[in-house]
Amino acid sequence: MSRFSDFGNQLYSGEKSIDFIGRRKIFYTIAAVMLALAVLIPAARGGFNFGIEFRGGSEYRVSASSVESTTAAVDAVHSVKPEVQVNVTRIGNDTIRVQTPTLDEDQSEKVRLALAKSYKVKDSDVASSFIGPNWGADITNKAISGLITFVVLAAILMALYFRTLKMSAAALLALLHDLVITAGIYGALGFEVTPAAVIGFLTILGYSLYDTVVVFDKIRENTLEVEFSETSTFAERVNLAINQTLVRSINTSVVAVLPVAAILFIGAFVLGAGTLRDISLALFIGIVVGTYSTIFIAAPFYSHLREGEAKYVKAAKKVLAKRA
Amino acid sequence: MSERNGITKAATKSLVWLLILMFGIVGVIGLNKLFGEQKATFVPNLALDLSGGTQIILTPVVEEGKQVLPEQVNQAVSIIRQRVDSTGVSESQINTSGNNIVVSIPGTPDKNTLALIKSSAKLEFRAVLVASAGTKTTVGKDGSKPIKTSTAKPTDKSDLNQVSADLQKKYEKLDCAKSFRKPGQVDPEDKPLVTCSKDLTEKYILGPVELNGNDLSNAQAGTVTGANGAVTNDWAVNLSFNAAGGDKFGTVTQRLFPLTEPRNRFAVTIDGYVITAPTTQAVITGGTAQITGNFDQKSASVLSDQLKYGALPISFTVQSQENISATLGSEQLQAGLLAGLIGLILVVGYSIFQYRSLAVLTVGSLTIAAILTYIMIALLTWRQDYRLSLSGIAGLIVAIGITADSFIVYFERVRDELREGKPLNVAVEAGWNRAKRTILVSDAVSLLAAGTLFVLTVGNVKGFAFTLGLTTLIDLAVVWLFTYPTFRLMAQTKFFSSGHKWSGLELRESTGFGYTGRGQFRVAPQVSSGKAAKASKEAERRQTIAERKASSTQEETN
Repeated sequence: MSRFSDFGNQLYSGEKSIDFIGRRKIFYTIAAVMLALAVLIPAARGGFNFGIEFRGGSEYRVSASSVESTTAAVDAVHSVKPEVQVNVTRIGNDTIRVQTPTLDEDQSEKVRLALAKSYKVKDSDVASSFIGPNWGADITNKAISGLITFVVLAAILMALYFRTLKMSAAALLALLHDLVITAGIYGALGFEVTPAAVIGFLTILGYSLYDTVVVFDKIRENTLEVEFSETSTFAERVNLAINQTLVRSINTSVVAVLPVAAILFIGAFVLGAGTLRDISLALFIGIVVGTYSTIFIAAPFYSHLREGEAKYVKAAKKVLAKRA
Repeated sequence: MSERNGITKAATKSLVWLLILMFGIVGVIGLNKLFGEQKATFVPNLALDLSGGTQIILTPVVEEGKQVLPEQVNQAVSIIRQRVDSTGVSESQINTSGNNIVVSIPGTPDKNTLALIKSSAKLEFRAVLVASAGTKTTVGKDGSKPIKTSTAKPTDKSDLNQVSADLQKKYEKLDCAKSFRKPGQVDPEDKPLVTCSKDLTEKYILGPVELNGNDLSNAQAGTVTGANGAVTNDWAVNLSFNAAGGDKFGTVTQRLFPLTEPRNRFAVTIDGYVITAPTTQAVITGGTAQITGNFDQKSASVLSDQLKYGALPISFTVQSQENISATLGSEQLQAGLLAGLIGLILVVGYSIFQYRSLAVLTVGSLTIAAILTYIMIALLTWRQDYRLSLSGIAGLIVAIGITADSFIVYFERVRDELREGKPLNVAVEAGWNRAKRTILVSDAVSLLAAGTLFVLTVGNVKGFAFTLGLTTLIDLAVVWLFTYPTFRLMAQTKFFSSGHKWSGLELRESTGFGYTGRGQFRVAPQVSSGKAAKASKEAERRQTIAERKASSTQEETN
């Protein structure tokens, strides 16, 4: 029979219990180290690898070509404008992406036709794009203002619902952790930062908070009137809530990550560089980190913030005295 | 028995509402399609990145320290739309995105269409101060004699005292054959301007701006009516100004008319180039003017089009131009759909593994959510001209996970209630009461994220935020109108209520718990005594709140 549901039953009853709250110093240390690495490694590597949308330039995509050579693209570009820098990437089975610095309209059209000739495809199978250097920055500035507004609104919403600012504080700390680490992984591994990656990044906000709110709602339920309890302390109730929602957390993150993994797989192996891969990569990292941070950072930190309150300290003393 | 009937009735009612909702939308679209509404459709439109085409993003260029007004951008959009429509391209889409204008054209547009969109010109009227052939020159008989006649302050916009020595030097050096303007250059409106005609044959010093594109309401090519009312073969361009423009034009012509050549000429510039500089032949106060000269039908129409469609309130530069081939578009669509299918199969597989036959409910709910999403997108395609983009599809695929989470939260809550020893029909209700709060507040966070991103961001991010918000709302509808009522109905069947080992709700074989009968609670013997005591205390505490009620209602039911 399903061992997993047995596991869930045992976690629910408290028969099996993982001590998240008691080990929080370890989790804090891990988080601090991860955050430091997320800042230092990209800094040491020289910052992020920004996509063409942030640098500006011209881009061509040759689709359905049987020619595999990448030097043909360099030659084609150089036949129009010698000595410019050309980046050629193969995408999927039969698409070739060529990026150059900004070319003017005439040159761009000539490069397009030259590429079609070199790769033996119809003119219409070569798509050309021109991207101004402000495009990516423009999107990102708006995204950042969106992010800040959202964080403020979400903090207010949570404070109203949970009737405590401390839950908002703990949830936002975990959110910050998720964003910095996801950005850090991007920077450390040198993944290209494109507007699509920025979209994925923004979705992490929503998901990370969503996940935290589900667990916090159980914590809220478990810690109602805990100051009158003679059997368990505030910290124990929080820990029980994490354990009781653990199966939900695992199931939800698996279910959320499966479709994202499917997009990532298709995006990376069938389509290659592009919107789908970039969105799903940021999301994949974000969902995993987001689920982790709810359990290992948000909830322990919330308990940390509140268990020191006079009424809970008093109640905890009573409980411990009774046990002893 | 009565409670059971009550639940069946309430659950059926919810399901009927869901059907009404679904068939209602389908019916509205279908009837409109039947009665000849062209745009009503069951097939969602695809955005450029999936269907192929060209997307041009234009950014306003403004002088430093000045702001772009939303109405200026909207006005520019309607002018660009006119321009695109005038080329006969159908299915084009022109949107604003912040202050940017996004022009989407299917297929690969020809050069003229592109040029027309990109010549996002700014139209200005300026008085001519000095004019000569477009080559390097000196003014006056003996080399460089100052144009400026005194150091007195200029009294009006035609005053030659506006021409400083520097400006004069610039004018003398100017050779129209050489490039002299930066692309996207913005000229101060209150200063004189040195420039050439569009055909580069004549150069000018112009006074400050007198009128701009906003003041012009229409321009049309027509033939000149002779003095006796007879139609002649001479072509002209007729201008109409709006009220404010007509007044300004009257004042200017009053000033220009008495002056001598070239200062009685009035130049019209587009993006700083003079497209025409006719001589003022009368004081015109009626708000309409006629430009005559050596026009034929063609040249008159060209000028009138330039005046009419060139009259953008602000000027724009091309920020990005993207051309996506139809092949690449359909490849991406296929890959996106394939990813969605794989994702769906994985989610279904996992929920069967986790929830056994209860997965029927998960799969059913996801199917309903998928159908609702599809018809909502069809509805929005028709009503809002919505187009599904690749990032939109990514949003939909991500939504599979978030939608499924609502069921997981609910199922886990029901399992929790079962673990406390409640019979299934009670657990389904009690679990719902707890789960619905969690679902509401977590979806509110998700909706807040989608709403904020939608309002504050641009382009692809907007498309993504839109689908995320839409699917969150659909998630709520499905959980309320399908998952919960169906679960209530299922809970009444023997298969589920007896906790069949394939029901996904079985607890008998688990080590920690079993429910031995209504309201009773058995703790497995292998649990350490301290923990067992704690757990049963916990259960006892909770039993006092919910359980008592539950067992009493159960007695009624029996």
